[in-house]
Amino acid sequence: MINSRLLAIIRKEFIQIIRDPRTLAIMFVMPVIMLFLLGYAATNDVRNVPIAIFDQDRSAAARDLLNAYRNADYFSFSFDVDSVEEMKVLIDSGQAKAGLIIPPDYGRRITQGDQAQVAFVIDGSDPTVAGTALSAATLIGQTKATAVLRATLETRGQSGAIQPPVEIRTQVWYNPDLVNAYFTIPGLIGMILQFLAVLLTSTAIVRERERGTIEQLIITPIRAWELIVGKLAPYVIISFFELLEILIIGTLWFKVPINGDLGLLLALSALFLVTTLGIGLLISTLAKTQFEAMLLAVVTQLPSIFLSGFFFPIAAMPAFLQVISYLVPLRYFLTIVRAVQIKGVGLISISNEVITLAIFGVIVMGVAVGRFHKRLD
Amino acid sequence: MTSAVLADQLHKTFAEVHAVDGLSFKVEPGEIYGFVGPDGAGKTTTMRLLCGGFRPDSGHAEIYGYDVIKHPDEARTQIGYLAQRFSLYGDLTVLENLRFFAEMHNIPTSNWKPRAQEILKFVGLDEFSDRRAEQLSGGMKQKLGLATALVHRPKVLLLDEPTGGVDPVTRQDFWQLIIRLVGQEGVSVVVSTPYMDEASRCTRVGFVSRGKLITEGTPGQVTSHLNGRVLELVGDPLDRMRHAAVADPDVEDVQVFGDRLHLRIKPGSGDRVIDRLPTVLRTQGVQMQRIRPITATLEDVFIELSEQADQVQ
Repeated sequence: MINSRLLAIIRKEFIQIIRDPRTLAIMFVMPVIMLFLLGYAATNDVRNVPIAIFDQDRSAAARDLLNAYRNADYFSFSFDVDSVEEMKVLIDSGQAKAGLIIPPDYGRRITQGDQAQVAFVIDGSDPTVAGTALSAATLIGQTKATAVLRATLETRGQSGAIQPPVEIRTQVWYNPDLVNAYFTIPGLIGMILQFLAVLLTSTAIVRERERGTIEQLIITPIRAWELIVGKLAPYVIISFFELLEILIIGTLWFKVPINGDLGLLLALSALFLVTTLGIGLLISTLAKTQFEAMLLAVVTQLPSIFLSGFFFPIAAMPAFLQVISYLVPLRYFLTIVRAVQIKGVGLISISNEVITLAIFGVIVMGVAVGRFHKRLD
Repeated sequence: MTSAVLADQLHKTFAEVHAVDGLSFKVEPGEIYGFVGPDGAGKTTTMRLLCGGFRPDSGHAEIYGYDVIKHPDEARTQIGYLAQRFSLYGDLTVLENLRFFAEMHNIPTSNWKPRAQEILKFVGLDEFSDRRAEQLSGGMKQKLGLATALVHRPKVLLLDEPTGGVDPVTRQDFWQLIIRLVGQEGVSVVVSTPYMDEASRCTRVGFVSRGKLITEGTPGQVTSHLNGRVLELVGDPLDRMRHAAVADPDVEDVQVFGDRLHLRIKPGSGDRVIDRLPTVLRTQGVQMQRIRPITATLEDVFIELSEQADQVQ
């Protein structure tokens, strides 16, 4: 016989969720809003950096160089200035992020085959933008330099002689166009699921205490595990629909493909959901009020999102933070979801992460069950 | 015969405050035991100790011989508990609440519905079975609480101030229900109440103050030591009459009851006071209409005991 008390709790929770349509609406609207906001905001793509040009030469060669910069869409030529001071004012005020100075003798030196010098100035106060812009500028410059060298040699009739000694042929796997969304969207799936799941269940048990319903509940023969599992089950189902919602938007709107097995992705997501919903329930057994539970949920969520490797690579963190990051379930799920969705790998390649996540789930639920006493004191 | 409820030297301390301090009492099957005392006397804590909601620091409680901490399941199936604060699900309907708690008590699915209907009829809520609990009036909420407490046919009812904030007519209804339960189903009841008229309906009452049981017995026994010690005094103006009465050396306490005074006097001083006081009152310009000994009420006892407890402190 199926446990009738467990079924009664599940039914009761469902009725309560349905009777609260506002919260239900928030549960399904929130993931959409978060996905759109963060899907566009969480990007490292540096494009159209506004640049100020101080061209003192205005020769054909200088135009040629400028076109090379213009054609790569890293920069937008926003300002044409007539002095270094003018450029400085623009960069100081933040209107321009970079500056390119072409000296008066640039064209003449190129034609003569001498070395021409060009100055590239960048605002380093935002290292991410600066780093990307800098490497883009260097690369464009070097390519241009090689082209100029080749042209010069050709005019001297030595074209056949130049071959670079080493040629590196690059291949980008899984994401050949380096589309940023392929990285951020799978990460967002994990982050949003965790955020909502913990928030949903963090008040589930403390609410019974705050409203006094626990007083009736404890004199029934209910078992702690029945209460925990009965509270968890409806939220697993709701969170699962949220997951589907996010996956559909991710594939249809952000065009991030699901390269791996969809069934595997859903199954492992369910495992992750049980773990995170369990964390919420654990918080709920620790907190004394619903407000305290919400605070605890937020306070534990923030570090875990930053330590998960979603925003910053774990490899770049100091050693002690790397150790702490092993305690963040989201870390394992991010690896899993990226591996399955983008790399399209099977269970074998990610077995370590899956096992770790499962162990987390068991421990969290076990502690939550152990924490719940049928007492009022 | 096993007692329905047994409390043996219960102690419970919260942050150095002795909420319950060595409380012992017994309730026999079929009794209504009234638990009375001022706010903060430890009534709610005692109720929670009896249902196993609190673990006592020392001592123990038994329900029909089952220790509520050592054998919680056996003890709790015998208990129907109505908490002081509304503790059902406001967003569930009357019937859904009953069904939930019926299933929690392992009542088979086929049985809960007839049982629920029977109880709803009993408490008079059968017409409201589809109404959400939060939309019930205060009195109806308490009746639903009682219905829920009864759903698994408990043998002991623990009612913690069940009629708090309920109008007098509903209070009357509620007590009729309790009396019928005791008469028809042999249920034993422990009820805490701040109302002395309710206490006087109990088979036995226990007075608690500061976590201690001061005295217990039938309402008649409890009031008997005040026999001949309460005088009723009617006259006008009330205020001047009260001052004069307080000044009398044999008068221990004066309480105003509407247009009259209840004087508690020293043992054996009845005739003396009845001789002396009318003269005193006349000289002070009080139109005295009547002075006579009356039967002490539980209220008189309650006030006397509360004062004594305060003096001891």
